[in-house]
Amino acid sequence: MNGAHDLGGMHGFGPVDIEPDEPVFHHEWERRAFALTLATGFLGKWNIDQGRFAREQMPPAEYLATTYYEHWLFGLQKLLNDLRLVSAGEQAAREKDPAAPAAPVTGFRVLAARDVDNALRTSRTSKADEDVAPRYKVGDRVITRNINPLGHTRLPRYARSKRGVVTLDHGVWVFPDTAGNGLGRTPQHCYSVRFEARELWGDAATSRDAIYIDLWDDHLEPA
Amino acid sequence: MSHDHEHEHHHHHDDDDVQEHRDHGAPLTEVELRVRALESLLVDKGLVDPAALDALIDTYETKVGPRNGARIVARAWVDGAFKRRLLEDGTASVAEHGFVGRQSEKLVVVENTPQTHNMVVCTLCSCYPWAVLGLPPVWYKSAPYRSRAVIDPRGVLSELGVEVPAATEVRVWDSTAEIRYMVLPERPAGTERMSEEQLAELVTRDAMIGVATVPQPAGGSR
Repeated sequence: MNGAHDLGGMHGFGPVDIEPDEPVFHHEWERRAFALTLATGFLGKWNIDQGRFAREQMPPAEYLATTYYEHWLFGLQKLLNDLRLVSAGEQAAREKDPAAPAAPVTGFRVLAARDVDNALRTSRTSKADEDVAPRYKVGDRVITRNINPLGHTRLPRYARSKRGVVTLDHGVWVFPDTAGNGLGRTPQHCYSVRFEARELWGDAATSRDAIYIDLWDDHLEPA
Repeated sequence: MSHDHEHEHHHHHDDDDVQEHRDHGAPLTEVELRVRALESLLVDKGLVDPAALDALIDTYETKVGPRNGARIVARAWVDGAFKRRLLEDGTASVAEHGFVGRQSEKLVVVENTPQTHNMVVCTLCSCYPWAVLGLPPVWYKSAPYRSRAVIDPRGVLSELGVEVPAATEVRVWDSTAEIRYMVLPERPAGTERMSEEQLAELVTRDAMIGVATVPQPAGGSR
């Protein structure tokens, strides 16, 4: 979707402000929002691409006015509500009254503390084992599709209908543009595609510079 | 509110935020209330184990961080064979050090040289090589960096104190897939006699993202 998350090439956001000696988290609630998101991810009810798509659906004005872990919190609450695991009504009631009831759910395998290390080490979200033939090889010239789906896509707006060259074949991966929309894994090759800065931004860009974007077979046409 | 005050606040009063609320009865902010309610609901429903939450936080707050990546960089600087393997297959080479896991299913390491300056961004969200750098800093996830890194990389670098010569090619890696990128920065002059451990101390997170260079050590061993 052409949402506020798709920021590449926009103007007006000001300078990059690096905080010296930045802590990992700035507030206790950020720690909890981070851990809740990771832990519930291991319930296996949504994939990483659906997790991203949930955050992208935050209304654009709100997305740009809130902090990173507020995006995560929005996405998590949306997923939990959509899957009827924690309803918006339950949430509102619990915010008003810490003793408000929680509707029971059953049948979940919950991440236990003793399993955290192993789960993090062995977690695989997107690499596919299927033996799928690549449509392109390193050195091939390609042009990206001009797509504007309402759903999730990993082809950024700034790189649509642009010419590039395949520079690395990363192997076979789950395709986020289907997996993120609940439409299946569609395993296929993912490549690093090199785009000259001038192809993306016009003649004002430096002729020597380039942007490398990871894209899948279904994002590309032969050029 | 001055920026410095913000830093002070973040560094020293973070956990005290909660304590202060308890001590002085200050109301929770809206977002604190939301998170607290959500966590208690998930715990009551048996969907999360509170001890697992603590373990997840502890892992990324105290165990995994940019010192992992710095060790990889220092090893590559002193061991040519390791460096070749690292650039050829980053995933396997960092796994030799035990750095594996979430947000690092495949790692590609790109080398900065006098001819090429690499920098890494995720314009669509916040993809970042957790296994070697830990969780990303706020600026990396922010709209200014995500919007500008791809359209004006030299401007961003210049603001951050990195002047890339016109003859050097800038390559920006937009992390749109599950492949994660780390920059192998140039080894600074004057470090020839330093040990691998001393070299690792010099390597900064920002140099491994490609928005800083590794400075020559002050009063170095030249």
